[in-house]
Amino acid sequence: MRRELIKFALFAAVVLTVPAVVKGGYLLNVLVFVGINTMLAVALNLLLGFAGQISLGQAAFYGLGAYLSGILTATHGWNPWLALFAAAAAVGLLAFAIGFPILKLKGHYLAMATLGFGIIVYIVFNEYVDVTGGPSGFPGIPGLQIGDLRFDSDLKSYYLIWTTALLIMLLAVNLTRSRIGRALRAIHDSEVAARVLGVNARLLKVQVFACSAVISCIAGSLYAHTVTFISPSTFGFHFSVELLTMVIIGGLGSIYGSCLGAALLTLLPEFLRTFQDYDIVVYGLLLIVMTMFMPGGLVQGAATVWRLALRLLPAKGRGDA
Amino acid sequence: MLEVQGVTCVFGGLTALDDVSFTVRAGEITGVIGPNGAGKTTLFNIITGIYARTAGRIVLEGRDISGLPPERLTRLGLVRTFQNIELFGQMTVLENVMVGLHTRSRSGFFACACKLPQHLAEERRIRAQATELLEFVGIPDLADTVASNLPFGKGRLLEIARALAVKPRIMLMDEPAAGLNSRETWQLGELIRKIRDTGVTVVLVEHDMELVMDICDAIVVLNLGRKLAEGTPRQIQENSEVIAAYLGEG
Repeated sequence: MRRELIKFALFAAVVLTVPAVVKGGYLLNVLVFVGINTMLAVALNLLLGFAGQISLGQAAFYGLGAYLSGILTATHGWNPWLALFAAAAAVGLLAFAIGFPILKLKGHYLAMATLGFGIIVYIVFNEYVDVTGGPSGFPGIPGLQIGDLRFDSDLKSYYLIWTTALLIMLLAVNLTRSRIGRALRAIHDSEVAARVLGVNARLLKVQVFACSAVISCIAGSLYAHTVTFISPSTFGFHFSVELLTMVIIGGLGSIYGSCLGAALLTLLPEFLRTFQDYDIVVYGLLLIVMTMFMPGGLVQGAATVWRLALRLLPAKGRGDA
Repeated sequence: MLEVQGVTCVFGGLTALDDVSFTVRAGEITGVIGPNGAGKTTLFNIITGIYARTAGRIVLEGRDISGLPPERLTRLGLVRTFQNIELFGQMTVLENVMVGLHTRSRSGFFACACKLPQHLAEERRIRAQATELLEFVGIPDLADTVASNLPFGKGRLLEIARALAVKPRIMLMDEPAAGLNSRETWQLGELIRKIRDTGVTVVLVEHDMELVMDICDAIVVLNLGRKLAEGTPRQIQENSEVIAAYLGEG
């Protein structure tokens, strides 16, 4: 338990000192998005990595957060923080309501149902032009501020986003190491055995689904206030799949892995610019290689490589002597 | 304690159980035996709410529990183990038992995520209780082993410890000796007696006749979905119909 805390403190220290090294510019801007994607990947990991329930509609909850915040503040003049909490509460209730029927489904059927939900929400963003601005987007969302502190630069946004992301990661780690986390993993391994032991699998699945939706919604609100302009294309099906990739690459059931997965998938396209038109090919190849050789995800894969190296090194030492 | 009243179960055209009735007395070990395909496991799945019955009633301590889902039955004091042990393979042995203590702890999402003091105290209590249960079944040294790495016999013991964690008043065991060697079977018999002596009523489906005759206080014999006989081990051993069913029509 203490080791867990030290691990988190070290991680937080690294994250919070990054701006001292990066010193603004484009990279810092990208790192803000890494923070947002970390929240989203952690949210999906709670559902997929722990409870074993897939969702291809995560982008919809993210989008709902962004649009609700945008509409409530820009159109109706609400306080952004009030809008953020109102959006989170509304999306939590919505997830609860659709979770009960949807999570009765398993495997491919659950994937299809959540995919359907994602597409419906995407269509609403596009077609409800009077309210959402339709395909051309929704401009003029105010930035966040606490008292006189306005989050109007990349550096300030970085600290706002990453403080939230770190808080969410800490809460998620705590949750997964509690009776709730154990019950979720039990459902993942054998739902029938978990139920026989008195775990209310149906309710718990809906609760974690709602929890994941609320985190995604908060990430959406923060995104809207950070970029001040949103459009439906950000919240489409392809983004739900990208989130899924982040979680799988990072490692199912690893909260830190989700952060790594989010970082990799957000930064990689930026670095692959040097390959120009071939970047998508390289990107695809990397994903294939990683899933083939590190099926447990990056964090676990790195641990395996490390153990292998430790085993090889002393052997070499003996050989030299 | 537990009454099975006229339970019938039809799958398509096949009648798996036909009007089966018997009573399990509190504080006893009751064995349900019968040749393959007699409907023993089906009966268990109906009692524990995993299959739906076609007709009949299940009554637990005067309360109709027919068709209740497994998680409700657990809260009423009825728990089961599986023929092909259903462990949580990715979790450690101790964590498996801790899941069994789920109903005896109550911290919610918020308390767990924020590590509120009452949650931490509860977590310590659960850990201590789980360790005690592992000692009770005799595998305290395996607490930190990942469950999927356990040998089959130890996995069986873990499943029993996990089921005991819910503090059941009645425990149904589906072929607990399946896949065990003779020494493990003997130890299992001792453990089942020990469980009964703590006040838990035990019902077991079993093929190992030696074990059944040795530990059971009462036996129910099923054949082709019907109840063939009911009585003490001695009465069953002398029942000509039972002998015929096991050895073929004589």
